[in-house]
Order: sequence, then structure tokens, then C-alpha cells
Amino acid sequence: MSVSETTTDEFDDTLIAEPDRSAPARIRLSPGPTRRPTPEPAAPAITRQIVFDARGVWVDYGAKRALEDVTMTIERNLATALIGPSGCGKSTFLRCLNRMNDSIPGFSVGGELRYHGHDLYGPTANRVEVRRRIGMVFQKPNPFPKSIYDNVAWAPRNLGMKDGLDERVERALRGAALWDEVKDRLKQSALGLSGGQQQRLCIARAIAVEPDVVLLDEPASALDPIATASIEDLIHELKLRYTIVIVTHNMQQAMRVADRTAFFSLDENRTGALIEYADTKTLFSHPADSRTRDYITGQFG
Amino acid sequence: MSTVTPDPEFSLRPSGNLARRLLISRAAQGGAVIAAALAVVILLILIGFTVVHGIGALSWSFLTGNLPAATGQAGGIGPALLGTAELALIAGIISVTLGILTALFLTEFASPRVAAPVAATLDVLAGLPTIVAGVFVYGIVVAHFGESGIAAAIALSMVMTPLVARATLESLRRVPATWRDAAAALGVSHWRTVLTVILPGAASGITTAAILAVARGAGETAPLLFTSALYGNNVQLNPLHALPNLPLEIYTLIETGYPVSVQMAWGAAFLLMMTILLVNIVARIGLRRGERKRGL
Ligand SMILES: Nc1ncnc2c1ncn2[C@@H]1O[C@H](COP(=O)(O)OP(=O)(O)OP(=O)(O)O)[C@@H](O)[C@H]1O
Ligand SMILES: [Mg+2]
Repeated sequence: MSVSETTTDEFDDTLIAEPDRSAPARIRLSPGPTRRPTPEPAAPAITRQIVFDARGVWVDYGAKRALEDVTMTIERNLATALIGPSGCGKSTFLRCLNRMNDSIPGFSVGGELRYHGHDLYGPTANRVEVRRRIGMVFQKPNPFPKSIYDNVAWAPRNLGMKDGLDERVERALRGAALWDEVKDRLKQSALGLSGGQQQRLCIARAIAVEPDVVLLDEPASALDPIATASIEDLIHELKLRYTIVIVTHNMQQAMRVADRTAFFSLDENRTGALIEYADTKTLFSHPADSRTRDYITGQFG
Repeated sequence: MSTVTPDPEFSLRPSGNLARRLLISRAAQGGAVIAAALAVVILLILIGFTVVHGIGALSWSFLTGNLPAATGQAGGIGPALLGTAELALIAGIISVTLGILTALFLTEFASPRVAAPVAATLDVLAGLPTIVAGVFVYGIVVAHFGESGIAAAIALSMVMTPLVARATLESLRRVPATWRDAAAALGVSHWRTVLTVILPGAASGITTAAILAVARGAGETAPLLFTSALYGNNVQLNPLHALPNLPLEIYTLIETGYPVSVQMAWGAAFLLMMTILLVNIVARIGLRRGERKRGL
């Protein structure tokens, strides 16, 4: 895997855009005893802390280049949407952010991808630790064939967060706006929940380990409009505590939930590329690039 | 409905080569039915034959009595029943442990470059003539330490391990990839995921694999020929000695040619077959239940 040269020390916290109270404990990527981050209210930030800093990131699957030269920053406590036509590399980029692509044969990534200043693909970054800090929710709800409680408690248990497990599960389920619907049947199988409930359970499961970032890959595309609306409401809540990156095909959804939106498309070689990245309002009302304009107007008829 | 006369141009009878293809299709179908029927009939004849000849031998003293003290004498098969159960247990423990670990290595930890040759080796091992397993264990164990239940169990587990590994591999592969993704995205280490999500997800398949392998091993004869044949006529449970066992006892009894011995051999064969058949059926029903419960 080729990642461009860096001159800075992986553990140099001065790389963080803005000093943060809990930063030193929360952004170590090397494995080690898990520390519980102290909950903190979202600061009414003026300059926001940069969570991801991508510079010239490219991805190959075998000999095929899937993504070319992505440069963008993703900021803390915002919801950032990735939109664009099918096959333009949205999921690929999203999965680079928590190294979910690592196990795909032929996958290679290059350029520079930093998380709070740490090289995500550097030698000291452990991918299990990366995923503990950067959770992910998938397109299709994928609860474990276990009880509702055990689904949420599974990761904390396996990460040694066994103190106050009941409270942790309740907090996560409340955080995912599911508590009232399931509090009387925590011991029942998660597979008995509706699709929308299952997806919120997956969100609860992801936030039960108190990650820093939650990545969502088309989380509502398998759901009906009502369940979709509840997921969207939830995203507004979630970004107060977490940094959200969401892939969506639905542009109204991007407008409803995202503060910033990145438009990806295929270039002339049919390689995915970042075309435009701006505040959501700006991107949809005054797209700077003609390809963005074509895409968003085409979609709206 | 109006009374339009059918237009011959749009005839719905088989046209072109369709008529010929229909004929071939029917012939193939017939062949398949006959082959399947033949298999079932042969099995039924085999079972029927064994039942007819064997059931008369069954009695309490036959089941519990010591083996015949001398050639041509009457006796029971108690020690052989116990010995076979013990051999199946020891070989089962060895092969289930090795088989599950091998399958886990192949699905969870090996790179594809390593996994392919190992899987191929497993297939070769599964097709290994069972007598070769016996000879091999004779060479490395029996030649140095003499015959023993342990040696026999090792030889049996050489036959059983590939079966367990293969079947476990199948059920591990059927664990949905989405569960692995979900687990990976939560930052839990792979080994903990294997223990708490993947193995439980494959549990019913693995259990079935283990039971079927044990049933198979219990009936194997060749691996025991040089490893656990020199046994006495009474109960022996110490695995450091040769253990009396059903397959070799049947072999010995038939070889004598005495009607009373042959009668006992039928009885023992009937017992062995029925046990294995029953275990097979129960295991398969269990598997189907388990899979249905998980919605597979
Ligand atoms: N596992 C893989 N192996 C090989 N190529 C892949 C793999 N995953 C994705 N690709 C290729 O990479 C490119 C980008 O795919 P990606 O899934 O990131 O697109 P996407 O923007 O998420 O599309 P969609 O909106 O349809 O989900 C596509 O050309 C795809 O064929
Ligand atoms: Mg996608």
C-alpha cells in the first residue's frame, strides 16, 4: 500500500486543527486499553475541528482505479453527505475512512488520509482500533441473530466495557430513538423487528461503543418513507455528539440532513472523482461545476 | 368468445427441434428417476437383509455378554459395544477439535493463496483409503508402543477429521458476510468475532458434521486392523490397550464360518447399522431445524 511520505510524527497532537479537551485520549489509533471518552456538549464552533483530512486519495481494486485524487476535509459534529451517480466511488471512499476495504483482495489506497492528524493507513494505526473509533452502518440492516439487548451489548462486552452495561445499552437505544419501542422486549430476537427498527438498532449498536465518527452507507435506502424520516431525524440528533458521514442517492435527503455535501462523479476514464464539495445549501442552489448542476437538475426533472 | 377458427400459422404444437428436445428431456428425466429408485431399493434391500438375519440374534445376553472365549462358541458383544463407543468418543474429540480449527483457519485466517492448497489437501485426505490410515498409524505408533485404543482413535480420526473440516467449512461459509461486516465495523477483534458471532452462527452445522463424522468413524474397519485387533474377550476400557470393537468382531465372527458365529455377526452388523442410521437421521433433522431457526 503506498501512502505518501509524511514528515510528521504519528502521535503529534499539534496536527489537530483546534486543541480539544479530550483529544489526547480519544485519538490514539494504536491498540491499547479502551478509555471511555467523556461526553461533551457540542461546542458552538466557529472554526471546527478537522476529523478527516484527505489529500490526493486514490483507490485501486486490482488494476482498476476506482477513485482518483480526492482532496477534502470532514469536520467535527457536522453531517457530511456524499452524493453522486452509481459506481462513482462513494462507498469506496466512505469505507476507506474506517478501513473496511482492507480485506478486499486487490484493494490498495494511496495519497494521504489523516484522522485527527494521524495517518489512517500508517504503521502505527491499527485497523481494529480505527473501527472502534469510526463506526459504520450499512445499507441493509444487519443485526446479529441475537436478542435486541445482546446486539447492542455485544461490542461493549467484547471491548471490556462491562461496567454499567445495562445503562450503556439503554443510552445507546435512546440515542437511536428506539428505546420506547423495544424497552419491553429487550430479550427478544432482533430479527423480529421491522426493517426501520432494525436499522435504528444497528445505529444503537454502533454508538454503544461511543465512537467518534459514524459512517452511514445509504442507511435508509431499504426503508419506507416513515422509517426513512425517523432515521433522518435521528441523524440531526446524532451529529450533536458524533461526526456523521452519510452516503445517499437521495438528494432531498442530503439537503435535509447534511451540513456539507460532496458530489462525486465519473471522469472521462470512468474513474470516480470528487467534483465539488461545499455547504449543502450552496452546492444545491449555486453549484460551481456544470457536472454538479446537470446531476442535481437531472435528478429533479 | 367468438368462434374464430385456429390459425395454423400460429400453431402451439412443438415446432422445429422442440419436439426432439422434449423427447430427450423426458428420457433424461426417466433415467434420473430410475437411478434414484435403484439407490433407494438397494439401500432398502441391504437394510431388510440385515434386519432379517440379524434381529434373531438380539437378546439381553447378546448385548451384554462377553465375546466368545474360543472360536465357534456362543457369546455376546458387550465389550465390543463399549469399545466402539469409547473409540468413537476419543476419535470424535480429536477429529472435531482438529476439524473445526482447520476450517476456522481456512475461512477466517488463511490468505486465499494458502487456503486453496490446504483445502485441496483436505479433499485428498478425505479420499485416503482407510487402510492407508491404518498402515500409517501402525508405522508411527503401533510399531513402537503396540496396539492401543489411542492408536486406533488416531487412525479413525484421520478418516474423520477431513469430514468434520469439510462440513464445518461449508457451514462457516454460510454465515452471512453481513454479520462479519457488522462485527468488523464495531472495532472488535477478529478472534472475538469468531468466538461470539461466527461459530454460534455455524453451530448447528458443525454439530451435525461432528455427529455424522462420529457415526462414520464408528463403522470403520480398516483403520482398526493393525491398531486395535489383539483384544481379549472381556470388557477393556483402558485406551492404552487394544479395545474390542464391533467392526473387527464382525469380521472375526464371519471368518470363522461357524453358523453360531455368523449369526452373531449378523446381529452385530444389524446393531451397528441401526445405530449409525438413527444417528444420521437425527443429525440431519437437527441440522434442518437449526438452519430454519436462523432463516437460512
Ligand atoms: N470489492 C470490489 N472489487 C472490485 N471493484 C469494486 C469493489 N467495490 C467497488 N468496486 C468498483 O469501484 C467502483 C466504485 O464503487 P462504489 O461501490 O464505491 O460506488 P458507489 O458510488 O458506492 O456506487 P453505488 O451508488 O451504486 O453504491 C465501481 O466501479 C465498482 O465496480
Ligand atoms: Mg455504494
